[in-house]
Amino acid sequence: MQTSLHTLRNGQRARITALPPGMCGRRLEALGLRPGKTIEKVSGMPFSGPVTLVLDGRQIAIGHGAASRVNVDPVSVPES
Amino acid sequence: MSNCCTSSGRCCPFSGGCPKALPDKTDGTILLVGNPNVGKSALFSRLTGVHAISSNYPGTTIGFTEGFFRRDESVWRIIDVPGAYTLDPTNEAEEVARRIVDEGADLVIIALDATALERNLYMALQVLETGATAVVALNMADEARHQGICVDVESLSRELGVPVVPTVAVTGSGISEMVEKLSEASKSTFSPMASDERWKTIGNIVAKCQTATCRRHTLRDRLEDISVHPLWGGLLGVFVVTGSFFVIRQIGEGIIGMILDPLYSGLVVPVLNSLSGMLGPGTFIHQIVIGSLIDGAIDPEQSFGLLSTGLYVPIVMVLPYVVAFYAVLSLLEDVGYLPRLAILFDALLHRLGLHGFAIIPNLLGLGCNVPGILATRVLESARERFIAATLISVAVPCAGLQAMIVGVLGPYGGGYVLAVYASMFVTWVVLGRLLHKLLPGYSPELVVEIPPYRAPSFRDLGLKLWFRVKGFLVEAIPLVLAGVLLVNLMYYVGAVDALSRFLEPVFTGFLGLPASAAGPIFLGLLRKDVAVGMLAPLGLSPEQLVVAMVVLSMTFPCIATFAVFWKELGFRKVLMSLGLMMLCALIAGKTVMVLMSLVG
Repeated sequence: MQTSLHTLRNGQRARITALPPGMCGRRLEALGLRPGKTIEKVSGMPFSGPVTLVLDGRQIAIGHGAASRVNVDPVSVPES
Repeated sequence: MSNCCTSSGRCCPFSGGCPKALPDKTDGTILLVGNPNVGKSALFSRLTGVHAISSNYPGTTIGFTEGFFRRDESVWRIIDVPGAYTLDPTNEAEEVARRIVDEGADLVIIALDATALERNLYMALQVLETGATAVVALNMADEARHQGICVDVESLSRELGVPVVPTVAVTGSGISEMVEKLSEASKSTFSPMASDERWKTIGNIVAKCQTATCRRHTLRDRLEDISVHPLWGGLLGVFVVTGSFFVIRQIGEGIIGMILDPLYSGLVVPVLNSLSGMLGPGTFIHQIVIGSLIDGAIDPEQSFGLLSTGLYVPIVMVLPYVVAFYAVLSLLEDVGYLPRLAILFDALLHRLGLHGFAIIPNLLGLGCNVPGILATRVLESARERFIAATLISVAVPCAGLQAMIVGVLGPYGGGYVLAVYASMFVTWVVLGRLLHKLLPGYSPELVVEIPPYRAPSFRDLGLKLWFRVKGFLVEAIPLVLAGVLLVNLMYYVGAVDALSRFLEPVFTGFLGLPASAAGPIFLGLLRKDVAVGMLAPLGLSPEQLVVAMVVLSMTFPCIATFAVFWKELGFRKVLMSLGLMMLCALIAGKTVMVLMSLVG
């Protein structure tokens, strides 16, 4: 099920499916965030603050507007 | 006949003989390239001994730093290229990096962060694709080991086609091995490729060279998660910011009260007194050097002589706070806290037409507006830079100004000091919001990599503090002396009185201040801290002092800030900004006056 990055729950894992077009997407790609990569959302700040995620063990923060334009596919984690 | 070869013969590793031990490589250029925050600046300082400011925040080395690196008989020019994630530029620093790489060099040292190999290899491949002769420094090798990441150096070197040396730049380990390898630098066989293909190549390389064991969640990971948590991170932020102010105040007061004030009254005052006697009070030279006597004695804050107030204000009253401020800021910078602060402030700054990154220039502005405005270069658009620079000039008081506000107003009670700070903060928010609404264009979003927390190196911290404090001394002391001299002369020839009469309608009629306050506020153009000192002897009520300080802080930038603003953003924008400053000063001053009269 497709959704956007900022709607993920904290701690939820997801696979990136599409980046926003233009400079913003290129900037994210240069940081290693690109379609096919799996990330884990760490937190989202209140009042439309930035979303923090972990990619390959490194935290990256993305402004709310940009995060809402990153499409992801949540990875279901089997209940343990 | 050269006398370079000693009996040990160590300087002649080649049969070609001396003095040219590396005959074809003397006077070459080396580029040092890598992602932001991979320890490139630390590597640079290890190679050159000249200290580039190396910090834990992406983007602080915009522009570039050069140094010289000597090895045996050869001297190399070495350029610390601004940190970049890609050579297809997405910001100004990357554009600079691109240009420098395009110009070419004899040798390129590619610094990689061993803990984030995949992302780091992207630009490394781009550099290798240009056909550069290169060596790879696999930095943070120790941290990678701690994180359970194992990189096979031999096979990475084989895959890339250039020598790879593991290093730990902060401790210097692996540096001499890397220097040895410079003579084996080679060209890679990669040809230019599209980004998809490049990521695929990287995937293959990482699969062959890196093994990562699943690691435990450490205490540091937990602290990193907490720092960006809406509630706990917010509380931590409040704690860090208030704690920083408390520590700065304690250090500043401690240095003044326990060291500098006793030294000044014990050593300097007796000398000034005997000098005063020799020159004779009332003479012109006495007026310039010692200043006016207040109640028959030298008053270091009010006499306004070059050797009395001219030295007392910058060195005894302001310097301790500058040292304390930069010590705390540099520590937060090197630990890696500042990007987290950017996340906390992003939602607010986004509404002022900026993004979280802009907290850094604003924080620097609290030390001195000049580096604050210089740091607006980390912001991408001209619009953001104008908003940030204007907000800093209007409503971010520098350490000198703050020291004097606290020094002069503090004795009347903390509430008055708080009133000045609150007025500035409200102005900062309101003005930012208005500019965001009124200026055309849009502001880009925050996208920032957050480096892991790191234990700071005290050697680097000490050096950074020294460079910043030295910068203050070199910049500020001549301006303070010039300011004191000018103030003194203007009083002497009666210019201050004339100015006060001219501005009286605004000051007395509109702001409820005595006309005599016009002189200090006008001279704030030169140096704000000196100007606040001039308000002290005017006999204002604490309420009037609050209004005067708010107006003084906002009206003009000091001369040094003005010059940097002009240079960075151009004359038209300075004029726009100046108009806004005066408007803000009048509106904020009047509002504070009305509010104070309602409360009092």
